[in-house]
Amino acid sequence: MTPLVIYNLRNIRTRRLTSLLTGLGMAFVVFVFSSVMMMAEGLERALVDTGSYDNVIVIRRAAQAEVQSTIPRNEASIVETLPWIEKDIDGRNLSERELVVLISLLKKDGSPSNVVIRGTGEKSLSIRRQVRLKEGRMPRPGSTEIAAGTSIKKGFQGLEPGSRLRFALREWTVVGIFDAGNTAFSSEIWADIDSLMQAFRRPVYSSLVFKLRDPEDFSFVKRAIETDPRLSLEAKREIDFYKEQSEVMARFLRILGSSFSIVFSLGAIIGAMITMYAQVSNRIQEIGTLRVLGFQKRDILMSFLLESVMLSLAGGIAGLIFSSFLQFYTVSTLNWQTFSELAFRFRLTPGIVLKSLVFSIIMGIAGGILPALRASRLNIVNALRTG
Amino acid sequence: MNNIVELIEITKSYRRGSEIISVLRDINLSIPQGEFLAIMGPSGSGKSTLLNLIAGIDRPDSGRIIVSGIDITTLSEDELARWRAFHVGFIFQFYNLIPVLTAFENVELPLLLTGLSKGERREHAITALKIVGLEHRLNHYPSQLSGGEQQRVAIARAIVTDPSIIVADEPTGDLDKYSAEQVLDLLAGLNSQFNKTIIMVTHDPRAAAKAKTIRHLDKGILNATRETSF
Amino acid sequence: MLLVKLLFRNAFRQRLRSILTIAATTIAILAFGFLRTIVDAWYSGVEASSPKRLVTRNAISLTTPLPISYKDKIKKVRGVSLVSYGNWFGGIYISEKNFIPNFAVEPASYLELYPEYVLSAEEKKAFLQDRKGCIAGRKVAEEFKWRIGDTIVLKGTIFPGEWEFTLRGIYRGLRPTTDETQLFFHFDYLNERLKKIYPQRADHVGFFLIGIDDPRRAAEISLEIDSLFKNSLAETLTETEKAFQLGFVAMTEAILITIKLISYVIIIIILAIVANTMSMNVRERLSEYAVMKTMGFSWPHISVLVFGESLVITTTGAVSGMILTFPAAKIFVDAMGTLLPVFNITEKTLILDFIISIAVGISAGLLPAWKAINVPVQRALTKIG
Repeated sequence: MTPLVIYNLRNIRTRRLTSLLTGLGMAFVVFVFSSVMMMAEGLERALVDTGSYDNVIVIRRAAQAEVQSTIPRNEASIVETLPWIEKDIDGRNLSERELVVLISLLKKDGSPSNVVIRGTGEKSLSIRRQVRLKEGRMPRPGSTEIAAGTSIKKGFQGLEPGSRLRFALREWTVVGIFDAGNTAFSSEIWADIDSLMQAFRRPVYSSLVFKLRDPEDFSFVKRAIETDPRLSLEAKREIDFYKEQSEVMARFLRILGSSFSIVFSLGAIIGAMITMYAQVSNRIQEIGTLRVLGFQKRDILMSFLLESVMLSLAGGIAGLIFSSFLQFYTVSTLNWQTFSELAFRFRLTPGIVLKSLVFSIIMGIAGGILPALRASRLNIVNALRTG
Repeated sequence: MNNIVELIEITKSYRRGSEIISVLRDINLSIPQGEFLAIMGPSGSGKSTLLNLIAGIDRPDSGRIIVSGIDITTLSEDELARWRAFHVGFIFQFYNLIPVLTAFENVELPLLLTGLSKGERREHAITALKIVGLEHRLNHYPSQLSGGEQQRVAIARAIVTDPSIIVADEPTGDLDKYSAEQVLDLLAGLNSQFNKTIIMVTHDPRAAAKAKTIRHLDKGILNATRETSF
Repeated sequence: MLLVKLLFRNAFRQRLRSILTIAATTIAILAFGFLRTIVDAWYSGVEASSPKRLVTRNAISLTTPLPISYKDKIKKVRGVSLVSYGNWFGGIYISEKNFIPNFAVEPASYLELYPEYVLSAEEKKAFLQDRKGCIAGRKVAEEFKWRIGDTIVLKGTIFPGEWEFTLRGIYRGLRPTTDETQLFFHFDYLNERLKKIYPQRADHVGFFLIGIDDPRRAAEISLEIDSLFKNSLAETLTETEKAFQLGFVAMTEAILITIKLISYVIIIIILAIVANTMSMNVRERLSEYAVMKTMGFSWPHISVLVFGESLVITTTGAVSGMILTFPAAKIFVDAMGTLLPVFNITEKTLILDFIISIAVGISAGLLPAWKAINVPVQRALTKIG
């Protein structure tokens, strides 16, 4: 550590307004960078958490989402005979045929958006450990009852327990609220599969979900399903299936976030350069004095570089503090890939913190290097004479 | 005799921390039209404060300052600014020209406050620069001029509006002997040929010797009037 | 004029600092203009919509189809001049990365309803005659180097299988806001194949597009259409094309708000930078302002000097940023290909750029101007520089 740290800190403090303005520029760049990354991370995380490693989802080949997929009854029955499916205590398959339809509901602000209605069976809950009943009960088989996820209940109108919803020519009663944490299931409404198929006159399922007895058997399952000439289906690990659904949007957010952070950082780097050049020219005499006292060019260079990095790092930390408050905030938007509403939280990860800090240090070095070089190259005699 | 400046019972003190430092005590001073007054005194005697009061850039704690019949202590900040534009020419120790303006533009600057046309401004500025002998340096920037030349530009700037009084604060303080001589001769000439009233603060006896009258200020009290031979 | 001259010279007295500040402003205005244009692109569907078109879809959601038989009933509604229909096909061209919106539509009525898709007479004729024909927008055709007569294969996601088309025409947009990235083919081609493989899905459409004579009657006609199918298995929701497109935008509002917020952050960043430059400039020149005050200059003059200087810096940066937006946008659009159907820098964006540069210039000058105005006149007695 150079012995001039105290000197640099004093200087930052003396030029309070300038230091504040420069650091503020840096802080906002880091804020943009970290918040967009947090958004992408939150979106991805929500969908990754939605899937389970030991669950398999079967959909029609080339369908990208469950809404697009159709599975005829006979094909579903063939899949259910596979030997790798986990059984429950009663010896029944831990598998469920499901139907996914989208309905348009009004958000609390009055604008419509697409919500997933999932037709489920009694085992749907036990296949997905992350979904827990929070209030009331799940829909009874054959009834026109529905249960809403916590995020959907929070973001949309008329989903309080006991309220009624009308779609597909029927009245549906909300009998329960389930909590699936920060996953896509929290943005769904669940109904009974048979009632839903009747209401929508749909003779086919959307997907088939089952739990593996041994998670490592997946490759056998995949081969068995995809090579069977009677089936036009494909099998995916649930975790991969949901991860893929976040890809387009997460990539869009990451590209947006990083490209604009880089552009914005050019501005902040220039800001730091302006400040540091001014610091150098204000302190030419001091630099001369320091050199006379025996400090080397290297010390001067490091000292000014350090001052710039201290500023940018302080800005970066301030930016992270602003963005960390976003963690309390939930975003709800339409996922382009599934065409349905998805709620997720901003997520601050150690990776994002690290990247943001590295980013701010790089900004500090980039902004400080030219002025620092200029300071270190000053001629001692001329420097002393200035003033 | 017709007094152009009249100071009546002027007191002025400064607060330094909890201490109150009295700078001027019950000063009474009359300066007649056409006077060339040198105020001398050691550092901290209050001579610059006195000058600033006369020039209307500082205000007394009590007392009245009457310049050309106007009590300037009653003027508001904005009125005072307008008053200065027409009545006072200020000459500084460090010339204080605007570095990005040429000699001509520096002299033209105060004329912006007078409402003269562009042609008239040009004429006045060139006349002022002729008086100080720098008509050949119109388009030079201050950094291209010597110290003595810069101070002469500053004098041109001070006289260009034809003010009632010219105040000079250590005008030779930053100059070599030869340049100082030139500047002082110029001031003396302005006084004798154009009958300009000049009030100068200095601690250089040679500078003071060029004045008609010398007054000494010591510990806030004005004493000893001496007419100098000229 | 001398004051103006002085403020210009002041602006460039610290040349490196001023150039850096202007460069930073340029970057900021460029980035702001870009973000605004991205937001505009989001609304391009809304901009391109016509008040003379209505969209009817299943009230449940866009993904639920309607029976094709509704067409005749809708046609009978007074004020309806034309009915077309179609389906979002959602086919993939080679890889999922190639984003081409593709639709199965009833071609003759669709082209009549959308005169902004411009085809030559021969192309139009060839497309209408070929049941397996398709047309594509200029941008897609350029991106994938398609020529008329090429065979294009889409992999179905909603409608399984491989679907082969022959490119019969490349349409151009009538206006800059027209989307030139779409692909259209015959609804009958889709329907006939569906009849064979998924009979229960045949004879259903995703949406009806309705041409009306009098835009003022849009609401009335919409209600009348919806009332025709009230309490049927497939209730309808009819709205103007504009409302329909706005609905799309609203669904991704969170992303849109994020982009808008980011565009304001860059303004705060640039404000900090310009304010810093101005406060340093003024601090270094305080004694000059004091000298001017001894001459009798007062707050109006000094304000002109400080704000003028600040505005010179920000507007110079803004103008160069605005000029650079055009070549930068061209590079960006070429790189993004069909992902960005419409990317036009609007007059509004440029005006906003300029207003922002003025606002930043003034706000950045506030504190320094206050300092310069209140500098004690005695400060003039110290050395300048």
